[in-house]
Amino acid sequence: MTTAPIVSIEKLYKTYTGKVPIEAVKGIDLSVATGELFGLLGPNGAGKSTTISVCTTRSLPTSGKVQVAAIDVIAHPAEARRYMGVVPQYNTLDRQCTIWENIYFHCRYFGFGSSQASKRTSELLEMFKLSERGKSFVRELSGGLAQRVQIARAIAHNPTILFLDEPSAGLDPQSRLALWDNIRTLRQQGITILLTTHYMEEADELCDRVAIIDHGKILVCDTPEELKRGVEAQKIFELHLRQADGSALAARLQQLREVASVESFSEGLRVFTTGSDGILPRIVEIAGNNLRDISVNETSLETVFIKLTGRDLRE
Amino acid sequence: MNSSALRWRAFWGMLLRDLSVLRREFIAFLIRTVMNPLMFVFVFTYLFPKMGQGFQSPGGVGFGTVILPGLIAVGIFFQGIMATALPLSVEIGATREIHDRVMSPLPVQMVAVEKIVFSAIQSIFAAIVIFPLVYFIPATQVHVHVANWATLIVVVLLASLVSGAVGLTIGVSVKPQQIGLIFGIIVVPVTFLGCVYYPWGLLAHVRWLQIVVLLNPLVYMSEGLRTALTPSLPHMPVWASLLALTVSLALLRSTGMKGFLARILS
Repeated sequence: MTTAPIVSIEKLYKTYTGKVPIEAVKGIDLSVATGELFGLLGPNGAGKSTTISVCTTRSLPTSGKVQVAAIDVIAHPAEARRYMGVVPQYNTLDRQCTIWENIYFHCRYFGFGSSQASKRTSELLEMFKLSERGKSFVRELSGGLAQRVQIARAIAHNPTILFLDEPSAGLDPQSRLALWDNIRTLRQQGITILLTTHYMEEADELCDRVAIIDHGKILVCDTPEELKRGVEAQKIFELHLRQADGSALAARLQQLREVASVESFSEGLRVFTTGSDGILPRIVEIAGNNLRDISVNETSLETVFIKLTGRDLRE
Repeated sequence: MNSSALRWRAFWGMLLRDLSVLRREFIAFLIRTVMNPLMFVFVFTYLFPKMGQGFQSPGGVGFGTVILPGLIAVGIFFQGIMATALPLSVEIGATREIHDRVMSPLPVQMVAVEKIVFSAIQSIFAAIVIFPLVYFIPATQVHVHVANWATLIVVVLLASLVSGAVGLTIGVSVKPQQIGLIFGIIVVPVTFLGCVYYPWGLLAHVRWLQIVVLLNPLVYMSEGLRTALTPSLPHMPVWASLLALTVSLALLRSTGMKGFLARILS
């Protein structure tokens, strides 16, 4: 892997003007290296899609600088689009055209001649196991298939970077696994990928590096392993309590050697532990009758997110 | 490939895409293009004279001669709405499928220009399809005389481009669910007050209307075609039609493109 950045974002700010202005991105700096599979992980409304929209020339920033393949996307959007493939959150396949035509005309928009475009289209349909669907229209496809066509179309002009905005949103579990396989294959072929997701397993499973983003700012950026290591906890116990005030209980739990920290949340307490097995019965014993329910989370990117923001990704 | 060569290829690719879609929907295109002028000419210039109820026209020429340029103008204008406004409104507002073309290496404004150009191609085609209908069906003889082919070509070209620009402007301004209203609010009044069924000169009897209709670009299409095809009837000076069509094109193209950019870029 080389280290030359294919995407470089500096001090990016974006405020949507309107009756109530919305500050969607509040100062993002980011750099994605060639060949990397990079994930922007965050809850809905965190600013992920806005960041991608600016990178892909669909949105103008309030301030800041964005370069893709060393081209300033704000000054030279049409030129920058030559080097990027984009799969947006929603299905933007051309409803008037067949699947084959969707890819064929995409190739033509990127300067391919007729026979070259036909060849590339057939090649992609085969690669994405869509050959039998070439004559189908978009309305005949399931969500998973449509997503596959969108990815095939996005890479048809051999872009250097592929932007995937929430690629698995709305897909059933099976289609999601198929999508992950496709993404891994593309990565092996050397395409740099920048994806946004609010599924921590997706970021954990696929990405070389992950930036966790919330309220328009990047909180942390590293490999999934390093991020998890950075949270000094192996497990999180979520104690759902009967009594609202858990401060006395928190103090008692804090005294346990294996407990790294205790935080309160709306339902009770989160106990971050570093220790070995056997801590669960002791926590239950200390909590006593006050304990209504308990859940255990292994360290994951969600743990990291909780640690950083005090809430989970779904809140 | 350098950027400008790539842009031309992208533009050409989009025209090919639109032509391919049109080819698939050719029957529908023919029906929507032909039905209105066919019925109109059949009833008012064939049936009515047969029933002894023909309209009186200036200079004693048949009503067929009066409406031939007008119906061609309507056919041209109608394509702007059908070929551009309706699909564009859906592609931008509902399905967002315009995305793929917007993400091509063509500047976004040029995607809008392509829409105008393709609409104009359909308009020219519509004009060619409508001409034999409005020429041959009327029961009384239709007097067509093309004194200057250059004028005819320039008028048809300009009228077609203006119609595409009208379609673009409407398409980017109207939500898909409101598109039905366009027929009531825009198409019907513009058509009836577009000097389609009467020459503009005769509106002198209703002076205020003669002035108000000057805001309607269809008036200049009808009058321009009247100059080019049926010069025996009263018509606006050709320079006036051409100037007004050119100004309309500049204004509508600029408004439509601004609206397009505003809808595409956030």
